[in-house]
Amino acid sequence: MRVTKITTMLLLACMTAMPAWADSSRILGTGGASTIEGAAGGGIVPWAALVGYGSEGEWGAAAFSTQLRVTDYSLDAKGLAISYNNRVEVSYARQNFDLGTLGDALGLSGHRFRQNVFGLKYRVSGDLIYGTLPQFSVGLQHKNHLDFAVPALVGGLRDSDDELYVSAAKVWLAGVLDRNVFLNITARYSRANQAGLLGFGGDLGDKRDVLLEGSGGFFLNRKLALGMEYRQHPENLGFSPQDAWKDVFVAWFPTKHLSVVAAHADLGTVATLPDQRGWYVSFAVSY
Amino acid sequence: MSHAKALHRRTEIRKPLVALLLACCLAALASNARAGTLYEDLGGNDGVVGVVDQFLWNLADDEHVSHYFVETNLERFRSKLIEYICVKAEGPCTYTGDSMERTHAHMGVTVTDFNVTVEALIHAMESQHIPTGVQNRLLKVLAPDYATVVQE
Repeated sequence: MRVTKITTMLLLACMTAMPAWADSSRILGTGGASTIEGAAGGGIVPWAALVGYGSEGEWGAAAFSTQLRVTDYSLDAKGLAISYNNRVEVSYARQNFDLGTLGDALGLSGHRFRQNVFGLKYRVSGDLIYGTLPQFSVGLQHKNHLDFAVPALVGGLRDSDDELYVSAAKVWLAGVLDRNVFLNITARYSRANQAGLLGFGGDLGDKRDVLLEGSGGFFLNRKLALGMEYRQHPENLGFSPQDAWKDVFVAWFPTKHLSVVAAHADLGTVATLPDQRGWYVSFAVSY
Repeated sequence: MSHAKALHRRTEIRKPLVALLLACCLAALASNARAGTLYEDLGGNDGVVGVVDQFLWNLADDEHVSHYFVETNLERFRSKLIEYICVKAEGPCTYTGDSMERTHAHMGVTVTDFNVTVEALIHAMESQHIPTGVQNRLLKVLAPDYATVVQE
């Protein structure tokens, strides 16, 4: 927790000092938002886009704070990501998951548990906007739990794991109704239960699966984007089914230094409790 | 899970989605009545000249790209650029300048230079109150120049 706070404050301090420099050069919105896992993307899906606005020879960065409140649970995520040369991105997120009512039902004294997510992303080829091919990136995430008692209780086998993903993203200028349209498809190779919040692997499976994820939407104007997301999860736990996560979002980019995302999320059944729906709000300072 | 429940859940998630998409489409359509060609929607000659002049000021102000224009005949550059955009926007003009390849050969334009230039154009269109949809259409017809301008 302390590490996150200190690094976030350091980054914030740097960014406050940054307006003295020239802005990084990529177009507004092309850095995307920050996922709950720290990588640049939508809210739940990492995109082929790299964090911030850095282009050739430039840095990009974002520090974010996200809150997700659904029927019976809540998730807070904070973290940061840095990119260089619009080529490589390094990210970190700390997630705090609160069990709420399920914690009471299970007779647990502590309702909260925490997960670290370390991320690395590499742009293999292409550009979001220019050229006919999409931008392709590959990413690696390492996740580890700091409080594994509850995930172990529901059948999660591992308290840490690595996952790999490939992403393709493209923006079509004046794509539909003269609005700029974007689409990102991600395939993730993972055995994470509920994105790792319930550990990795389980009684029904301990092998990684290819999971599909997607985000799409359009920019109403330069600063305001609307879209939706979808993310699959594996079926590793006999304890409870896992549904795909979905959300519809509004993202606002008033400047290159700030973004705000609000979403309505539907996580389906999470740890036996059905119909987990609610709100997602994310703030990020970026460069 | 029963079918009824599944159906209910599906409808539940669709409701805000449909409302959102509908609102957006209406908003987009309302601000997006196409008058005619892109050239006309840019405001004809006056519109294009207004955008180009502001664009040149923005470029001159940018440390990334201003050095490219130190030895440029700005009056010629301006008139050829007005022609170029007019032609790209299907306006009644003829482009009499050099090809994009020839103009940018040996300049060593980087991706960053290109991005900065696009942003200078966007800001110029914003300051000239060009509507979002018209801005996007102009960017779309100019975007293919990336391949000939940027030397990677």
